[in-house]
Amino acid sequence: MNWGWIGSNLGLIGGRVLEHLALTAPPIVIGLVLSIPLGYWAGRSQVARSILLSLGGVLYTIPSIALLVLVPVVLGLAILDPLNLVFALSIYAVAIMVRSAADAFASVPQDVLASATAVGFSRWQRFFAVELPLAVPVLLAGIRVVSVSTVSLASVGALIGIDQLGSFFTDAFQRSFLTEAIVGIVCILLLAALYDVILSRIGRAITPWNHARRMAAPQIYAPQDAEVL
Amino acid sequence: MIEFREVSKTYPDGTRAVEDFSLVIPARRITVLVGSSGSGKTTLMRMINRMVDPSSGTVEIDGRDISKIEPVRLRRGIGYVMQNSGLLPHRTVAENIATVPRLSGVSRADARKRALAMMDTVGLVRTLADRYPSQLSGGQQQRVGVARGLAIDPNILLMDEPFSAVDPIVRAELQQEVLRLQKELAKTIVFVSHDIDEAFLLGDEVVVLEQGGRIVQQGAPEQILAEPANDFVATFIGADRGKRRLTISDAASRGDDRVLVDAGGYPVGVIAAPGGRLAVGHPSPKSRSISNKTDQAGDA
Repeated sequence: MNWGWIGSNLGLIGGRVLEHLALTAPPIVIGLVLSIPLGYWAGRSQVARSILLSLGGVLYTIPSIALLVLVPVVLGLAILDPLNLVFALSIYAVAIMVRSAADAFASVPQDVLASATAVGFSRWQRFFAVELPLAVPVLLAGIRVVSVSTVSLASVGALIGIDQLGSFFTDAFQRSFLTEAIVGIVCILLLAALYDVILSRIGRAITPWNHARRMAAPQIYAPQDAEVL
Repeated sequence: MIEFREVSKTYPDGTRAVEDFSLVIPARRITVLVGSSGSGKTTLMRMINRMVDPSSGTVEIDGRDISKIEPVRLRRGIGYVMQNSGLLPHRTVAENIATVPRLSGVSRADARKRALAMMDTVGLVRTLADRYPSQLSGGQQQRVGVARGLAIDPNILLMDEPFSAVDPIVRAELQQEVLRLQKELAKTIVFVSHDIDEAFLLGDEVVVLEQGGRIVQQGAPEQILAEPANDFVATFIGADRGKRRLTISDAASRGDDRVLVDAGGYPVGVIAAPGGRLAVGHPSPKSRSISNKTDQAGDA
């Protein structure tokens, strides 16, 4: 372990962390946003569900190198354009996320939906005010998996010359310099952990009802509630 | 007044839930549709707010064919209370009760004020306003469900087996609460139940249904009890097993009074010796006057 190298290359490390962040945040967001309508559709129709889920499975099995070579040809972008990586990572994100989103909408209790309809929610109101918020916990579990997988998968971009934390691995390999590889691994782990913490914090903040349960201990309220059932 | 005219419902898979059903549901009274599962009672109730549209026939509210009314608008004018309360788990008690007023464009502050007032009406302490449904007992949740159903002061309240998931003691309290509220508010209540005791307790009018929504008997509880239309009704209300037969017990009597016991040996009242008047130990739920409500009938 060459600590001196780390000390004199803090600028490079910091820059690659930021690049890694810039390349992984958009695919995570795109994966979430696209999977919501697809997952909702999959939840409403058995046919849509089997088509979308098998399609997701197939997309996820495409080798990343093959995809990174294909994307610029299909999109007509320069081979070194970082958008190629963003696009490829988005495909993987959607492929994983569609299943979670389908499960998320399926997890919303049927009687809650029926009663929402019965009291007069229109279809759109019901989607935004009832189904989407109640799908959040499962959506969140899915997006946490996606964030970790995206952060680690992004490093493959180094093989097609897109600079980010993965470039430490290619450099380390070419120069037989272990320190760089370790720096890359540690930074990727920290970045993945950072995403996870941020996402779970957001999740907690927007689903207060899920964390209110422990207050329900009957003995706390029994004296005051006794006469009202 | 709600009127079903020759209504049928056939589901796409060929199941005939309801066949050629006609019924007039009087305004400002409690009508209980009672039957076992498969009798189409829930399907019939859901036709009133267009959760289910009939395959043929019409449903009218105060003479208006509801198939001409946009479903979302129709539903916002009809209270709905269902089994397991159907509350929105991600909204607080006050927000749940305020749901329909909010959908109809009432401001947040006004809707909350109204929700708190509704909590008083259904006997919920206001300190529960900011709790989530999961933090309430089953009985409290059903009260919130009733408050939500009443929040827009609808003429019609649909109750779909609302108390079948709570324990018997709480259920009995909630049933009394419905009778109390009805005395105060005089709504047109359509109540679906599979429990004949609940039907007799709550119903001004009881409609006994058989498979496919066939009406076997319809009338006041007293009428049905006195003259079950056929063996099916007799079995359903337990008359054949002598379940509702009362006998005079000498053993339990004091002085010249006579104690009445039901088929289960449970004492239900005393025939006091002077005049032989039946003095029931606790006020019978049936002692409430039915006739005073019919005076206001006409506009459901």
